[in-house]
Amino acid sequence: MTTFARFWYRYASPASFYPLAGRLTPLFAVIAVLLAAAGLYVAFFVAPTDWQQGEAYRIIYIHVPAAWMAMFIYLVIAFWSAISLAFNTRLSAMMAQALAPTGAMWAFVALWTGAFWGRPTWGAYWVWDARLTSTLILLFLYLGYIALRASIDDPRRADRAAALLALVGAINVPIIYFSVRWWNTLHQGATISMTAAPKMAQTMLTGMLLLTFAAWAYTIAVALYRVRSIIVEREAASGWMSRLAADSRGQSDDASASGAMAR
Amino acid sequence: MLDWLRMGGYGFYVWSSYGMLALAIVVELFALRQRRRTAQRRADELRAEQPLRPAHFRGNSE
Repeated sequence: MTTFARFWYRYASPASFYPLAGRLTPLFAVIAVLLAAAGLYVAFFVAPTDWQQGEAYRIIYIHVPAAWMAMFIYLVIAFWSAISLAFNTRLSAMMAQALAPTGAMWAFVALWTGAFWGRPTWGAYWVWDARLTSTLILLFLYLGYIALRASIDDPRRADRAAALLALVGAINVPIIYFSVRWWNTLHQGATISMTAAPKMAQTMLTGMLLLTFAAWAYTIAVALYRVRSIIVEREAASGWMSRLAADSRGQSDDASASGAMAR
Repeated sequence: MLDWLRMGGYGFYVWSSYGMLALAIVVELFALRQRRRTAQRRADELRAEQPLRPAHFRGNSE
């Protein structure tokens, strides 16, 4: 077995991933705070005023990262769902479960900030434009995913049902992404693409990318923290967790089981 | 400073957007902490009800 495969086998187990996630969470939280501080500084104090939209354009510094995160997290959930269906691995289903609330949060923020950008710029908080409507569907898919999980008591059955919903719903993500090309939408086309030079000033791009990476780091930190709670919820009765709790009781009489799990 | 907050007349829209993001993050972090505490409390209760099994039975039940 190669080193790469051994790494994946090792950390596919909740017992070995649990302490790793605990160590990585503060690291990503610090990265998120630093990037957000730098990004907000650029967004408000370095980047110039837009000649057409005035100061209202500063909303896009959080609107665009939020929309990207909402779409990308859904694809990550679909990926972990596919893995969990194909290999019946517990941790991949838990990762999908851990990402869903944060994905829903970003979808909501993308819609909200879009509305507050649209009012001064387009003259309306909401229009039934293809991009806006498909993003609203994305929010509903997230909420449906969370509700479906919550409605099934057996976690392994919930994994399979939710994974199926995530995979079927993934078709919506390319629809959102290409909606501005496929339909004649009020929402503007892509400003930043992988294949062409961005159609915006360098400092504006810098601020937006800094805040995008901040959103990434935040999402990773939050998902890792949440997956640890999910592991505790689902594996509390298992041997390794009882041993973890018992070990800490052995070291110090005052230490509670929670103390052990905080490691 | 006040002029900056006014955002060239767009202050309401700009701060409604950034404010909602801040609120969403605060709510999410609060929910995270609550979930963690509930999970730990339930796990502690479960262990109190079911004392540790002998070592050779301690394998993962799955």
